Amino acid sequence: MAVSGALLVFFLFAHAAGNLKIFVGESDFNHYAEWLRELGTPLLPHAWFLWIQRVGLLVAIGLHIWAAAALTIRAKKARPVKYAHRPKIQGSYAARTMRWGGVIIVLFVIWHILDLTLGKVNPAGGDADPSARVIEGFAPDRWYVTIFYVLAVVAVGFHLRHGIWSAVRTLGQQTTAGERRAKTIALVLSVILVAMYLSVPIAVTTGLVG
Amino acid sequence: MDIKVRVWRQASPSAAGKMVTYDVKGISPDASFLEMIDVLNETLILSGDDPIAFDHDCREGICGMCSMVINGVAHGPEKATTTCQLHMRKFSDGDVIDVEPWRAAAFPVIKDLVVDRTAFDKIIQAGGYITAPTGTAPDAHATPVPKKDADAAFEAATCIGCGACVAACPNGSSMLFTAAKIAHLGLMPQGQPERDSRVIDMLQAQDDAGFGGCTNAGECTTVCPKGIPLSLIGRLNSDYRKAVSKR
Repeated sequence: MAVSGALLVFFLFAHAAGNLKIFVGESDFNHYAEWLRELGTPLLPHAWFLWIQRVGLLVAIGLHIWAAAALTIRAKKARPVKYAHRPKIQGSYAARTMRWGGVIIVLFVIWHILDLTLGKVNPAGGDADPSARVIEGFAPDRWYVTIFYVLAVVAVGFHLRHGIWSAVRTLGQQTTAGERRAKTIALVLSVILVAMYLSVPIAVTTGLVG
Repeated sequence: MDIKVRVWRQASPSAAGKMVTYDVKGISPDASFLEMIDVLNETLILSGDDPIAFDHDCREGICGMCSMVINGVAHGPEKATTTCQLHMRKFSDGDVIDVEPWRAAAFPVIKDLVVDRTAFDKIIQAGGYITAPTGTAPDAHATPVPKKDADAAFEAATCIGCGACVAACPNGSSMLFTAAKIAHLGLMPQGQPERDSRVIDMLQAQDDAGFGGCTNAGECTTVCPKGIPLSLIGRLNSDYRKAVSKR
């Protein structure tokens, strides 16, 4: 859970940093997308690095879901009779929503790949430049897509708020002062990541970019 | 105080149980929660009903026997307090109070509010001890222990093994209990020789007993009557990783 999750967090930060290129200019953004395919050349053939990274991500996601499913099944078996009265949860909201939050994030990622990677559900289509897909995909008249992205990215933020801290604990963080530090760092990283991801669709929908 | 309690009644381990409502009248606000059940039981016995079975022993908050989930919270609304040390003044006149047993597959209900906590004994038997013969109490300065370690070990050793952590955990995990035992022995020089086998064996016993897995949700520590810190689970994780890497 912790190791696969950490790999996914590293990817999320790299992806978010790349997204911000659109604020530099559309051609810079397209150039960045092409550079991703040239990474590793000439050692590797064109786009091989990208595919190796995609396979690595799929393995990490697979392990993450497998571990989460195993924990969920164990939890259900460990409490066969539910409490009649279970009003409030004493833990954090983020910790309580890890499982359903994770399912929502998976569904969002599938939509996101169909939208901006493959262009199947994007008005610009799969053959258009990456920047055109972003700008037409988040056009003001497609405000509902932007709202969906905002909700999904906030869900990612909640997931990471508990997830980053919990990963640090799993990997052996063991002092009470360190626990406070780790929780603060998890919150700050989550907020930064959410802000980085939200800036692009909101800027396009409100007309700041494009 | 006049209150209503809705109590889980289950005649035997295999019988189906249900919540049953009782009126409790004229209870002193200074009565403990268990004394309130005692008073209710006297009226039940006088009217020919079966009294409510519940675990209790010392009634001074140190034995870890009392085990009730009160309004959905293990040991009730008062922080760092066992059920026996909870008083009726923490409730209001006219309240309806739900009382349930610990809910976990590893803690099967024996009767009403009494659960079988043998699973905790199995975890202790797997490694929650040292095998060196210790004889009578040694001189206090025979084995020097840094004050910081002694304090941390004592804090972990205050765990009374009541099982509230399991009752509160959304995963039904006993990780806080096991972590407390690992820490209180692992911080002491006497606990070092078996430190690696202890963490591996106790975690195996915990899994075998049917407890769930820990997801660091943190609900255990909020209900713990002894305030065992969640950070001990990180210590257990660290010990486990080191023990496995040495194999």
